[in-house]
Amino acid sequence: MPVEGFIGGLMIGLAAAAMLLGLGRIAGVSGLAARAVGIAPVGAPWAVAFAFIVGLPLGAALVMLVMGGVAVTYPATAALLIGGLLVGFGTRLGSGCTSGHGVCGLSRLSLRSIVATLIFMASGFLTVGLLRAGGLL
Amino acid sequence: MIRVVLALFSGTLFGVGLAVSGMADPVRVRAFLDLFGTWDPTLAFVMAGAILPMALAWMWQRRLIKPFADTGFSLPDPSGPDLKLASGAVLFGAGWGIAGLCPGPAIAGLVIAPIPAATFVAAMLAGMLLHRALGRNPANPGSKGGTAWKSGA
Repeated sequence: MPVEGFIGGLMIGLAAAAMLLGLGRIAGVSGLAARAVGIAPVGAPWAVAFAFIVGLPLGAALVMLVMGGVAVTYPATAALLIGGLLVGFGTRLGSGCTSGHGVCGLSRLSLRSIVATLIFMASGFLTVGLLRAGGLL
Repeated sequence: MIRVVLALFSGTLFGVGLAVSGMADPVRVRAFLDLFGTWDPTLAFVMAGAILPMALAWMWQRRLIKPFADTGFSLPDPSGPDLKLASGAVLFGAGWGIAGLCPGPAIAGLVIAPIPAATFVAAMLAGMLLHRALGRNPANPGSKGGTAWKSGA
């Protein structure tokens, strides 16, 4: 539903604003995740990255508790493995994902993030279009 | 300590937002990218909702000398786009389309659908490690782990 989407989006934006104004950092999930597991050599202090990353499933668990569950449908294992590899490699090479480039970068009017977001959106549309054309959806 | 608490608060609020918005559901994310299927516009509303407070936060940030709970801002350089950025975004977008997942919803999903979410997260970490390994390739001298040093975004 668009209304839930907008309200959830506001919460995501407020969370990112808390990181920016409180800690002076971008709430970029791919970068913080890489930092939390020790893949990124530099970046946010480890404890900060780890705490943020732990918060993500904690927040989802709170919603499950309050709303009695969150409906999800995951794709087949092959799609998870291939998609995961591409997302991991691509976010490191491209220095960010939907949160860092999409939410934090677009709102900053960062040229790098605008270009990255346009490209990953276009790539996503094209990929899903190809999957549909190939009868995989 | 205050910084860790604030980061935990931010991550938790972020996770609540993801679950409330419906974006923890890979099929709904993929439906946004599926222009020739049953198109679901929700992701656009999520992005609009998230960008609104963040745009105000950036306006506020420009007036601050330092953040409220830290000694300085640690933000990515406002450099221009380059080939690494573009090719990374192509690969990320393809993976996002194939799985319907990006890093945030996948990690939040570890409590919603533990096994498939962990499958994706494990593959994602493998992809990150692969990038780091290639960044240390002798054919690429002077590199200290690919673009990891500007991983702020």
